[in-house]
Amino acid sequence: MELIKLTIDNKAIEIEKGTTILKAAKQNGINIPTLCYLELKDLKIVNKPGGCRICVVEVEGRRNLAPACVTECQPGMVIHTHSVRVINTRRTVLELILSDHPFDCLICPKNGNCELQTMAQKFGVREIPFQGVQSTYRKDFSPSIIRDIDKCIMCRRCEMMCNEFQTVGALSAINRGFESVVSTAFDQLLEKSVCTYCGQCIAVCPVGALTEADHTSKVIRAIADPTKTVIVQTAPAVRAALGEEFGYAPGTLVTGKMAAALRRLEFDYIFDTDWAADLTIWEEGHELLDRLSRHLAGDKTVKLPILTSCCPAWVKFFEHQFPEMHEIPSTAKSPQQMFGAMAKSYFVEKLGITREEMVVVSIMPCVAKKYESSRPEFAVNDNPDVDFSLTTRELAALIRQSNIDFNNLPDEDFDSPMGSSTGAGVIFGTTGGVIEAACRTAYEVFTKKPLEKIDFKELRGLDGIRSATIDFDGLPINIGIAHGLGNARKLLEEVKAGKSKFHAIEIMACPGGCINGGGQPLHHGDSEVIKARWRAIYEEDANKPLRKSHENPDIIKLYEEYLGKPLGEKAHHLLHTHYFDRRTDIVIDLEK
Amino acid sequence: MSHVKIVLKTEQVDEIKAICKAFHNDEGELINVLHKVQTFFGYLPAEVQEVIAHELRMSVAKVFGVVTFYSFFTMKPKGRFPISVCMGTACYVRGAEKVLDEFKRHLKIKVGESTPDGKFSLSSLRCVGACGLAPVVMVGEKVYGRVSSEDVKKIVAEYND
Ligand code: SF4
Ligand code: SF4
Ligand code: FES
Repeated sequence: MELIKLTIDNKAIEIEKGTTILKAAKQNGINIPTLCYLELKDLKIVNKPGGCRICVVEVEGRRNLAPACVTECQPGMVIHTHSVRVINTRRTVLELILSDHPFDCLICPKNGNCELQTMAQKFGVREIPFQGVQSTYRKDFSPSIIRDIDKCIMCRRCEMMCNEFQTVGALSAINRGFESVVSTAFDQLLEKSVCTYCGQCIAVCPVGALTEADHTSKVIRAIADPTKTVIVQTAPAVRAALGEEFGYAPGTLVTGKMAAALRRLEFDYIFDTDWAADLTIWEEGHELLDRLSRHLAGDKTVKLPILTSCCPAWVKFFEHQFPEMHEIPSTAKSPQQMFGAMAKSYFVEKLGITREEMVVVSIMPCVAKKYESSRPEFAVNDNPDVDFSLTTRELAALIRQSNIDFNNLPDEDFDSPMGSSTGAGVIFGTTGGVIEAACRTAYEVFTKKPLEKIDFKELRGLDGIRSATIDFDGLPINIGIAHGLGNARKLLEEVKAGKSKFHAIEIMACPGGCINGGGQPLHHGDSEVIKARWRAIYEEDANKPLRKSHENPDIIKLYEEYLGKPLGEKAHHLLHTHYFDRRTDIVIDLEK
Repeated sequence: MSHVKIVLKTEQVDEIKAICKAFHNDEGELINVLHKVQTFFGYLPAEVQEVIAHELRMSVAKVFGVVTFYSFFTMKPKGRFPISVCMGTACYVRGAEKVLDEFKRHLKIKVGESTPDGKFSLSSLRCVGACGLAPVVMVGEKVYGRVSSEDVKKIVAEYND
């Protein structure tokens, strides 16, 4: 490691060669403002187009100011990060950006959470000296995402996420100069594109150009309707992040307060998607064992590896990009949809009401779940199994709107019979968790022996692609894990080429899994936030009295009372699904 | 963007594939590929971009991004009789803009568009070097000089079959 010496803000420092001015400053406690730049260190995500120039600094002897995010430190540099010239230039840059930005902050969904707004506040901008035409584009409404491109500041973070990281390729910068904007192929609606609704573009957009389709008012109306029984389910990752919206440190578990808040919002039953996650493991785990044992018995028609199917963005990804492989993923529905299907069959029967009289709301860390719940195969006579899917952010908005003092709520419990869960259900919220939950059950069912060690530490971590071999009492099971669709693509290409060594692969579309879903509180480029949530999920798991899905007493009862056995006829009908070929209609089939 | 679906013939797809192949299906050669394909096709409709994206293993959105970045590329076919109005300085000061406006009004199309029957398309161009004849209009290869807005109707009528 070669060290170089330089001066920043009159402070002599030593820094590793190749470090950018931005990082050098940060390591020495000096903050330089950034807009287009984004780095999520532990997830290997970087955006540095060097485009916005808000990060400029003065380097003595250099004629122009240098953008700190892309300029490397040189020996002997003398840098000023807040000289008059720097401050004035930054202000001008900001004023120019603002001159082509709508001024509807007060009614913007990002009000109070916008990086541009924060910057304007910080710089004390009071007027915009530049006047000119503002660019306008049509608003684009899709089932999950709203694009309001008038607000786009062309940081191109979304483009990087969608292309480099996710390898989806739905978004690209188009046109030139003043007209340039991030859009889809042929400037079509997002709905007509190959977008997976992963929402990772929303997760990084600094402004209000990309936000979720907001369903909060529909939920409020449903709750107020006396003819409806409104029940709610909350996904595992929500409890590890919701607190951030109310000032708690990242990684604070707020499970009990969340249940209490939902009760104050007057949902009729407070249930848990973790319950449905346990149910998913019963189905998916048995499907894995079924495929495995047929494979071991020499059945050549068995498709291996089996791929998990809980993540709707991942499902849509392979439907667009690998439609020929539609037989490989598990047919098990996602926990959200299993919950909906059981609520509107098993639970309405218990209550003696019709499915039309019930409204199922889900709270998800995800925006793709909105799209998933709208898929026609998840409805009976046009009545969807899940009526409304809200993000963690939308739940926070509901709580604030209703003036609930979240921080002073007591801890409360979920209701019965769809509210109990094991630790295995909880870890669905993070990368590696679904497959660990599946292993805990599959191992015991397959070997008929109790697990000595419940924690499969070898499956945990945040590396994009991971693998481990689990010993099923003499039978080695090869497990693959990918999070982020670019990483998933690598494993899928192997499967397609017949070179995959795995028996089972877990895939989640978002980097980190659901803890960093597109519907979570915004991380604003701080990957420590995601790591804290990750630790919280395993903490919740460790604290649960039961930690294996097949031990959940309410699920055991559900099979006894209602479903029969895993993969049985009723279970198959209610809990399994199928996939479609979604190559878009203008794509010509070139494989032929 | 309104989008008329066109169906590519197998020979056309093969030709595009051959062009891509000549550039080793290399993403970095996209601009050259687009240039070549446009020369062959006359324009770059969505379907053609889909084929190119597939061959170069890149997203259609990216191909579209490049097509819309360079004004040289066009997604609309030229008419059978492409009309170009010179907007160079000499033509401009002598009223080329009025002439162009009259073509727009008369043909009911904007610059860069074609008439629905595909007969005429309209574009403006920079100095053609015939400043002595300003304002200059070209229809295909034929040059018209000292055009005034009153002449527009007559010029168009020449191409009525
Ligand atoms: S939701 Fe995901 S796939 Fe869709 S545009 Fe955003 S990043 Fe791309
Ligand atoms: S939509 Fe948002 S993330 Fe994408 S370029 Fe515009 S401002 Fe940046
Ligand atoms: S943050 Fe450095 S150029 Fe945008």
